[in-house]
Amino acid sequence: MSVEDRTAGAPDAPLPAGRVRIRTEPSLPAITAQAVNGRSAHETREAVFDIRDLAAYYGANCALAGTTLRIYRNLVTAVIGPSGCGKSTFIRSLNRMNDAIPGFRVTGQIQYHGHDVYGSRANRVEVRRRIGMVFQKPNPFPKSIFDNVAWAPRNLGMKRRLADRVEQALIQAALWDEVKDRLHDSALGLSGGQQQRLCIARAIAVEPDVLLLDEPASALDPVSTASIEDLMHNLKHRFTIVIVTHNMQQAARVADRTAFFSLDTAGPERFGTLVEYGDTETIFRGASDSRTRDYVAGRFG
Amino acid sequence: MLFGLCAVAGVIVVLTLVDVVYQLASNGSEAINRFGLGFLIHTAWKPGFNTEGAGALIYGTAFSSLIALVLAAPLGIAIGLYLSMMAPRRVRAVVGPLVEMLAAVPSIIYGFWGLVVLVPFVDHLEPGLHSALGFIPLFGQPTTTGISLLSAGIVLAVMVLPIISALSRDLFLTVPRELKEGAEALGATRWEVIRGIVLPSTASGVGAAVVLGLGRALGEAIAVSFVIGDVSAIHGSVFQPASTAAERIANQFQGPVNALHLSAMFYVGLVLVAIGMLTSIAARMIAGRFDVQRTIGTIY
Repeated sequence: MSVEDRTAGAPDAPLPAGRVRIRTEPSLPAITAQAVNGRSAHETREAVFDIRDLAAYYGANCALAGTTLRIYRNLVTAVIGPSGCGKSTFIRSLNRMNDAIPGFRVTGQIQYHGHDVYGSRANRVEVRRRIGMVFQKPNPFPKSIFDNVAWAPRNLGMKRRLADRVEQALIQAALWDEVKDRLHDSALGLSGGQQQRLCIARAIAVEPDVLLLDEPASALDPVSTASIEDLMHNLKHRFTIVIVTHNMQQAARVADRTAFFSLDTAGPERFGTLVEYGDTETIFRGASDSRTRDYVAGRFG
Repeated sequence: MLFGLCAVAGVIVVLTLVDVVYQLASNGSEAINRFGLGFLIHTAWKPGFNTEGAGALIYGTAFSSLIALVLAAPLGIAIGLYLSMMAPRRVRAVVGPLVEMLAAVPSIIYGFWGLVVLVPFVDHLEPGLHSALGFIPLFGQPTTTGISLLSAGIVLAVMVLPIISALSRDLFLTVPRELKEGAEALGATRWEVIRGIVLPSTASGVGAAVVLGLGRALGEAIAVSFVIGDVSAIHGSVFQPASTAAERIANQFQGPVNALHLSAMFYVGLVLVAIGMLTSIAARMIAGRFDVQRTIGTIY
């Protein structure tokens, strides 16, 4: 079943392959945004996601409407907004995590490197293998630390030099030094912050292209939060990162681009919608929409 | 006051159990004194000749229950997986209670069903199975009736199926959604999620469910008595008639040939209670290991 699942319905042109080698870079060039002719330099980058008029529904309820944006390669894109604004729905739509929810459907388009994520020939399993996800609550498997990281690569047949792969993933997730002497202990014995970094290691061990982080630090203490944020600065050189957060300071600290979602009303309906999207500096210092300015100033939400 | 009532209820349960064992042992004392522990291995059961042994009964009990488990465990676990993870909600709402209702059918009805439907079916099945798999001693020469260990095993399988499937479904539902989502987010297929996450984290519970099913199969008397033939013999072939401990008591208790025969049946009952208790303890140990692992996992 597993083999057919991965190949059946694969798009004609192969999706871009994940990186073959995982290694750490000692010195990382800073990614800075400089406006060129009034256009953010970020916008000259390759778009990983090209999202057009996306709307998402749970049954008859519209959770998200009219979302059009591009997510650029090797940047951290933050999605902020008050609760209920559809930001989790949005990020979970990117790798089809909501498919299992009865009654969930989307309209509009999510193009991933030119392939329709919800197209009839797209394969859900393949989508998730390229677009990894880390959740709000750390969810390590009830297995050893090693097996948590090695599980998915084993499934995918990446069995060569598996121990190296696990080590490199743990190094990249800044967890190696803390766990190298107890790789075969249960992952459930780690602290919350360590568990979350283990989940990040687990996600990057299969060499995805994109990392989706759904409020990854909201269940963690400030020290663990800081370590996760540090991690993002390093990881974006290798992956495209989309992070949902309700913490504006966090968005300001880690994100290159920020999308502000808010609740909109149309008659009795309330649904989330994209209000403003741009470079993080612009959103936080010179937003054009008054709702964005109010939100980042802490006046609601 | 409440404490007193509860304590009395608990004491009554213990006393009942003790008395059951005592009654079996005292009524069976003649057979126990005469045959000793050799009763457990001797296979001849000839009441007219004052010769009784439970060896063939224990063999038949174990064999028929084993057949039941080999059939019902994979099927029950598959039903549990289907109902907990794959079935659309409507199917789940209809099929789930139906499966549980299988457990509500009285065992005598399964006996009828076994005799009327299953035995003729097995009779038809035997020649084909023998010609295809006859090189395995399990599938020996076909007999003429279909009354056999295999029929008993299948009836028992149907009877333990609801236990295994309902319990395993409930266990699979306890696997946190976050774990399954975490696995899916790594590009795992449904089967990989089941094999890598769902089954390992519920394995001990499923094991305990299977042993509970075994407990029911071991002690079943009426349904088995319809389809097994009540023959004290040890055969390797599942097409041969046989007997089980509980079935033997149900069949012969009404008309014992003499006091020793009656006493021997009490002795069989004692053996059966011992087997049942061992099964219960085994289920407890397996499930306990499960709990301990979970607790250690969360606290440590």
